[in-house]
Amino acid sequence: MPDKIEFFDEMFGYGADLRTPYVDYNDWFSSEDVANLKSKSKQAETLFRLTGITFNVYGAEEAAERLIPFDLVPRIITAKEWGKLARGIDQRVRAINAFLHDIYHRQEIVKAGRLPAEMIANNEAFLPQMIGVSPPGNIYTHIVGTDLVRAGPDEFYVLEDNARTPSGVSYMLENRETMLHMFPELFSKINVRGVGHYPRALRRSLSACAPPACNGKPCVAVLTPGIHNSAYYEHSFLADQMGVELVEGHDLRIIDGRVAMRTTEGYKPIDVLYRRVDDDFLDPLNFNPDSMLGVPGIMDVYRAGGITIANAPGTGISDDKAIYSYMPDIVEFYTGEKAILKNVPTWRCSEKDALGHVCDNLEELVVKEVHGSGGYGMLVGPAASKKEVEEFRAKLLARPDNYIAQPTLALSTVPILTEAGLAPRHVDLRPFALASPKGVDLIPGGLTRVALTEGSLVVNSSQGGGTKDTWVLED
Amino acid sequence: MRLKISHTTTYSYDAPVAYALQQLRLRPKSRPGQTVLRWDIDVEGGTKQALFEDEHANSVDLVSFLPQTTQVTIHSHGEVDVEDQKGIVGPQKSCVPLWLYQRPTPQTVAGEKVKKLLGTLEKTDDRLAQLHALSAHILASLPYSTEQTNVTLSAEDALGSGHGVCQDHAHVFLAAARSMDIPARYVSGYLMLQDSVDQTASHAWAEAHIDGLGWVGFDISNGISPDARYVRVATGLDYYSAAPIRGMRQGSGTEDLEVQIQVQQQ
Repeated sequence: MPDKIEFFDEMFGYGADLRTPYVDYNDWFSSEDVANLKSKSKQAETLFRLTGITFNVYGAEEAAERLIPFDLVPRIITAKEWGKLARGIDQRVRAINAFLHDIYHRQEIVKAGRLPAEMIANNEAFLPQMIGVSPPGNIYTHIVGTDLVRAGPDEFYVLEDNARTPSGVSYMLENRETMLHMFPELFSKINVRGVGHYPRALRRSLSACAPPACNGKPCVAVLTPGIHNSAYYEHSFLADQMGVELVEGHDLRIIDGRVAMRTTEGYKPIDVLYRRVDDDFLDPLNFNPDSMLGVPGIMDVYRAGGITIANAPGTGISDDKAIYSYMPDIVEFYTGEKAILKNVPTWRCSEKDALGHVCDNLEELVVKEVHGSGGYGMLVGPAASKKEVEEFRAKLLARPDNYIAQPTLALSTVPILTEAGLAPRHVDLRPFALASPKGVDLIPGGLTRVALTEGSLVVNSSQGGGTKDTWVLED
Repeated sequence: MRLKISHTTTYSYDAPVAYALQQLRLRPKSRPGQTVLRWDIDVEGGTKQALFEDEHANSVDLVSFLPQTTQVTIHSHGEVDVEDQKGIVGPQKSCVPLWLYQRPTPQTVAGEKVKKLLGTLEKTDDRLAQLHALSAHILASLPYSTEQTNVTLSAEDALGSGHGVCQDHAHVFLAAARSMDIPARYVSGYLMLQDSVDQTASHAWAEAHIDGLGWVGFDISNGISPDARYVRVATGLDYYSAAPIRGMRQGSGTEDLEVQIQVQQQ
């Protein structure tokens, strides 16, 4: 038995042989002075501070804003690799939208015996108020951030489908901006596909989902919970980049059957609202009555066809970790095709046999909360102490249906620049797909998150992860 | 039976209201056994903003108050033909999965008091007979009282109070039926009274889903299944989701409410 798992490195493969996508980059890198690059890295950090990209860490003692570290070695993906990912994501996004329509209508997938009714009935993300609602083009999830990991040269897995409110796209854009600014010569040597059109593509995609009540050019706006939200920077950045208004709940009122925002020239109706407020807080008249962040009555105007809400309320039913384990069936049921992208094998702890297996192998598994995100409340067996494993076991046994477990994947690595030169660190990838009645538009790139601690497999920014620029090479 | 119905709700405020919204579930729909000949909702002091169907296929009007209003009157009125269907409403037609009607809501949790009530209920395998027995048992344990309150009680609290109105009876029935895994829902509507045209509140009853029969109505307060004197207006999981009027407003002024209902045979 090998005493060490071999990880696939995206620059050097399994050995020291440089992989093709990195040849040009390596030529450039070898001619650079590492000390000089390190100083550029500091420069990048200053740039980020100046632009104001920071991030609040939930649960931290002080709600201090923190900078997500940026590493300047790019993650490079070939055109061929990307082609397969793109087809797989396109298929998955179409399937998720079809699934959401079905779940909020006749639930054919349940009637066909492909998904147990309890998976919906016991799911907190199922929103009864969405029953019977068909948004324009039957698009429920307009913006999807599919989390992918790589475990080998041709082995990609979907880790989760973020279909409710995926964040992080501002890092994709700012990371590229920074790289272009610091190393313009690299981009003249290497043909990297652009990502800078994302805000335009987002606005176009959202506009294509305008409601029946819209007449003329659709008015798009971004709804933020406000400056105390951890992703406020991204909300204001996206509104600014799209050239649309950034609004908060108290700026909006129901007027003439529309959701309208206060402007200097009076109230103006909004056609498509890109909301970054969670379902529960979206409408105090229909959901949590104590919410101060939402827009009372917006669900009513929505159901009457007066506004499009992106992403639609209730999309969380499609990206929770228990539903995830059914994704291969879901893709097949709605597209009639086998899923192009693989799922990570998943044990549902709600099932007795699975729970037994998970309990017997906790030291080797990753266990996650069904509704958790951000890397909180999870156990990475191989990295946990005996005490941590036992504490987690107690939590798991107290509420097994709240957890799923997966094998610890041999996540690929990409080098980062350290004091000692290049050193491999584990990464994942979140590309961003835009869905509209016109189709799925996948931006060639994404957010590469990197675990900065040697050996660590947790890449979440809330857990000390960093980011990299993600390059998709031209054919 | 042709029924003429008029339902007027007047809200008065001691200070102008800056902004307020109300959802009205006041429009009966035509369905087997119930034909709506005409129906109108007139609003004074407010503006209709949207008309939509909610998840229970209720027709809902969203109304906003006119700026700085101190009084809003909602007048809902029309004529409906009703046939006696012996309480049978029929199969589930909307997209709502039946399990949704088996989930307790905060008003319909079966706590100790509901369980105790169920403990003294005579059991039978005949679902329909069982539910009629439950209805009678609830009325015996929680006699109808005309002591009007504007407070919406949960099933448990209603049982604790010792007497109840139709809304309380319906909540207890829902809590009990759901705890027996029978899908059950709240119905808000009108009942023609034999002795009086004028009424001070709309009526409420419950429906339970029985395999083979579909939805069957139980007017617990009157110990019968709805007949040609009953007009179904809205259904929901409990009072809150089927309430004739539900709203929110900005401001701290006090609200006065006056309701006038007339139901008469034509």
